[in-house]
Amino acid sequence: MSLVDVQNVTKKFGHTTALDNVSITFDNGGFFGLLGPSGSGKTTLLRTIAGFYYPESGSILIGDRNVEKIPVEKRDIGMMFQSYALFPNMSVADNVGFGLRVRKVPAVEEKRRINEALELVQLQALADRRPSQLSGGQRQRVALARAIVTNPKVLLLDEPLSALDKSLRVDMQIELKRIQREVGITTIFVTHDQEEALTLSDRIGILKAGRIIQAGTPREVYDRPVDAFAAGFLGEANWLPQQLLDGLTLPGEKQSHRFAVRPEMLTMSDAAVDGRNSVRGKLVQRVFAGALATCLIEVKGEQWKLIARDRDLPDFAGEGDVWLNWAPEDTIRVPA
Amino acid sequence: MKTSLLAHAGRVWLALILFFLYAPILVMAAMSLNASPFYQLPFKFTTEWYEEMAGNEQIIAAAIRSVLIACVTTVIATALGTCASVALFRYDFKGKRLLQVLLFPPIAIPWLITGTAMLIFFFFIGIGRGTPAVIVGHVALALPYVIVTVTARLSSFDIALEEAARSLGADSWTVLRRVTLPWISPGIVAGGLFAFAVSFDQFVVSYFLSEPGDSTLPVMIYTAIRKGFTPEINAISTIIITLSMGIMFLATRKAKFGGEH
Ligand SMILES: Nc1ncnc2c1ncn2[C@@H]1O[C@H](COP(=O)(O)OP(=O)(O)O)[C@@H](O)[C@H]1O
Ligand SMILES: [Mg+2]
Repeated sequence: MSLVDVQNVTKKFGHTTALDNVSITFDNGGFFGLLGPSGSGKTTLLRTIAGFYYPESGSILIGDRNVEKIPVEKRDIGMMFQSYALFPNMSVADNVGFGLRVRKVPAVEEKRRINEALELVQLQALADRRPSQLSGGQRQRVALARAIVTNPKVLLLDEPLSALDKSLRVDMQIELKRIQREVGITTIFVTHDQEEALTLSDRIGILKAGRIIQAGTPREVYDRPVDAFAAGFLGEANWLPQQLLDGLTLPGEKQSHRFAVRPEMLTMSDAAVDGRNSVRGKLVQRVFAGALATCLIEVKGEQWKLIARDRDLPDFAGEGDVWLNWAPEDTIRVPA
Repeated sequence: MKTSLLAHAGRVWLALILFFLYAPILVMAAMSLNASPFYQLPFKFTTEWYEEMAGNEQIIAAAIRSVLIACVTTVIATALGTCASVALFRYDFKGKRLLQVLLFPPIAIPWLITGTAMLIFFFFIGIGRGTPAVIVGHVALALPYVIVTVTARLSSFDIALEEAARSLGADSWTVLRRVTLPWISPGIVAGGLFAFAVSFDQFVVSYFLSEPGDSTLPVMIYTAIRKGFTPEINAISTIIITLSMGIMFLATRKAKFGGEH
């Protein structure tokens, strides 16, 4: 069942088309990641769903209500901002309770719901603090509690973790996922970090120049990217040089298509392996990084990358000619 | 060595400035408490001139009128100025830059010129002279100060705060009242204090625009001085200066020039 349904939405800023006829459906209760390079329209899409921007054309459904002409404050959304945007003149509890007071929720219920929300993000002890007395991670959680305390239909997050340092970010990812599961709220979040998108999302959408080029589960998008951009953006791709295609087992017609293999699908050997696709290359570098090793191999002028458990790699003496092998069904095929 | 010499010279320079600024004021304050009406020494303490001043109905009436005009000016200028600042901050429109630039020259134009221009203009449009004209004039003079102070405060305002409030269901009025105004209130208070001081200290514009019968305090003092100095003028001037400096002190503290949070 779809909760948010964006249909043929176009949004322009002057001469820039930030969203170009975008259609995408967000399922009820799902955790949806919008992924794309900077300037691809992720923020614009999120803010158009939120109601900060009105689209030039197209329709947006939240639940069964057409909202494209309804202002933000009437859309019943929850949003978390990159800067957290906590009200500096209010305590943590008052920040969380803001949306409830605006909705004129009775005082007793307000108090109970503030407590529940703070409990969910494990911050009851700090209810009376000012935002300026909190750490980055704590502010983040207050912002989250404030966004979900009103039970909005959909939670919108714009690069919610980008202001945190790496280790805190990973903690917050886990926390965010836990809270989202517990509350069951439909969540749409924007990121340019593919790892984050893969960790958090049930489904992802890839944006490029204002268009959704692919949407699906992370697995689907990773295993069957629709084009070269999607293949390169989510995960890494080793592109097969055109002159090597003959003699390989390929999934479909060669005509006007390109083929690639993911680095972790490759094995390395000193001779071609029967039943697998094999190409010859020159081992340029082998980098040991604990459990995994990364090898850089030159294949007919293309830089290829192989990732494998270090102990699974044969012991070649540094550099030299090698064979790279993979199962034919692991070949990715996209239109050229 | 060189820098310390420079620093030393700087300190002397600053001391001189402060001396020439404050010495006359201090002398005047002292003389308002000196028994001799001809400023003769030795100093003999008295509150006679303050008592005489308190009994002078003309001075009291002018003082009350000045305070009332300053209050009305403050309320109007602060309200209009705050609205203007918020509008300038929130909305983009054609000519916004030009409007912002045009706000500054009135602060620099000599009040004599502004006063003359206002007098001519007010006669031209039929307001003429009188207390309403004085108030309109004062509001016009005070507005740029309010806008500049409130805008300075707004420039450190995170627009995401308003967006967050809206996303939580707050309409524009609630957003303004609960989020934006609390943030800019120090700027509004500072702007209001500036407006009060501009109006209360205003001589030229008041002189041009008030009617002979109902002059403000500075105008009355000027008229009195022309007839001859009396120590009561020192007394009332000392009170005005103390009040104005207090207000300016509060205003600059509130406006937090240079500092944040
Ligand atoms: N408020 C705005 N005014 C003008 N152009 C904008 C505005 N917001 C975004 N854009 C433009 O729209 C495009 C998409 O921007 P954005 O949605 O912010 O991308 P992303 O979040 O993926 O980095 C960019 O070309 C950007 O310059
Ligand atoms: Mg963005």
